[in-house]
Amino acid sequence: MLNVQGLHLWRGDRHVLKGLSFAATPGQCVLLTGRNGAGKTTLLRTIAGLLDPEEGQVSWRGAPIRGQRAEFHAELAYLGHEPALKGDLSAQENLEFSVGIRRRVARAEIDAALARTGATTFADRPARTLSAGQRRRIALAGVLLAHASLWLLDEPSTNLDADGQELVAELIREQISHEGIVVAAVHHPLTLAAGSVTALELGAS
Amino acid sequence: MLVARRDLRLAFRKPSQLMQPLLFFMIVATLFPLTLTPELSRLRDAAPGVLWIGALLSSLLALEFLFRDDAIDGTLEQFALSGQSLTWMLFAKTCTHWLLTGLPLALSAPVVAAALGVSAGALPAILAGLALGSFAMSLVGSISAGLTLGARRGGVLLSLLTLPLAVPIIVFGADATQRAIAGGDIMPPLTMLAAIAVLGVTLAPLAAAAAVRIGLE
Repeated sequence: MLNVQGLHLWRGDRHVLKGLSFAATPGQCVLLTGRNGAGKTTLLRTIAGLLDPEEGQVSWRGAPIRGQRAEFHAELAYLGHEPALKGDLSAQENLEFSVGIRRRVARAEIDAALARTGATTFADRPARTLSAGQRRRIALAGVLLAHASLWLLDEPSTNLDADGQELVAELIREQISHEGIVVAAVHHPLTLAAGSVTALELGAS
Repeated sequence: MLVARRDLRLAFRKPSQLMQPLLFFMIVATLFPLTLTPELSRLRDAAPGVLWIGALLSSLLALEFLFRDDAIDGTLEQFALSGQSLTWMLFAKTCTHWLLTGLPLALSAPVVAAALGVSAGALPAILAGLALGSFAMSLVGSISAGLTLGARRGGVLLSLLTLPLAVPIIVFGADATQRAIAGGDIMPPLTMLAAIAVLGVTLAPLAAAAAVRIGLE
């Protein structure tokens, strides 16, 4: 369903992605590993369509994403380095707006997602008073609420405690058991069911 | 709509940022009588220039906040990936930005103008001119604000990019104010301002969306 073919991409004068290809079918998780600067974030941003590759293309459901940006993005949840939270709004308000621009969302649904990611206790505090790990849990609730079939996660367990890392692994397992696709850049190994996981090491020459 | 509501709620949680451009405009305008001359007849001649230069400088100041916070915390990225039209979302943001900075400025203009010795009859025309002009400036500025997203400390660049585009606005705006004070026909320059604003509504959000996409790369 997700098909990446022969991606070449330069950042400045650095050739970051050198002819990268892979495919992912529903129920599959692709784990991107590699040292810092190997191009994990670049690859995720290229798949999302934020970066245009110099060569090669990303296809979704058999068609290049360039021609179907809105349809593709409607099925995509992207978790970047920044959790995209407004410091002056509470977790509930933040999600109300960030999920609200994608689809109609009920308050109860938001509360359920926040409970799922263990964020209920601090959900009504302004986001700027929260720790980085707490903000990440709220961002993860946002990913859940997007109801997307493709998840692009950029180091999802950064700043999370041991419980949180287990939570990320659990959420990914759930997503792939629901026939979703996950592409995640990771530093810590995640315990997932073997068979559904493809590992892809970037920057290995 | 949701984007606009979110920005409004955010703005009211942080009112100091909201007041800054307005205060700046008031300070610039009230300093002129102190430095120029307290003579009302001469102040009245200088009033169009004072009002419009003050308005231009204060909108340039406010433009920096248009997309910057959203770019830093990753919100713009999520906007671009939401599957909804980035053009409309940025247009909503720009309109909210004008509601929060340009409109208060236009509403305060009659007070400032009165302090500069402008007669009461000319005040409604001045208000209308500044409301239209500041709206056009917000729209034009949204393009440069989008273009300077990628630049660190893009403030100076933002002003340089916006100035040439803002020149027609202040030329026609100051002309409208001049005519209003002199009791002439204000419709020709006001129509030109309205035309610029309409052109801005149709083109600026598209250009701003393209600029923001480049800025996100």
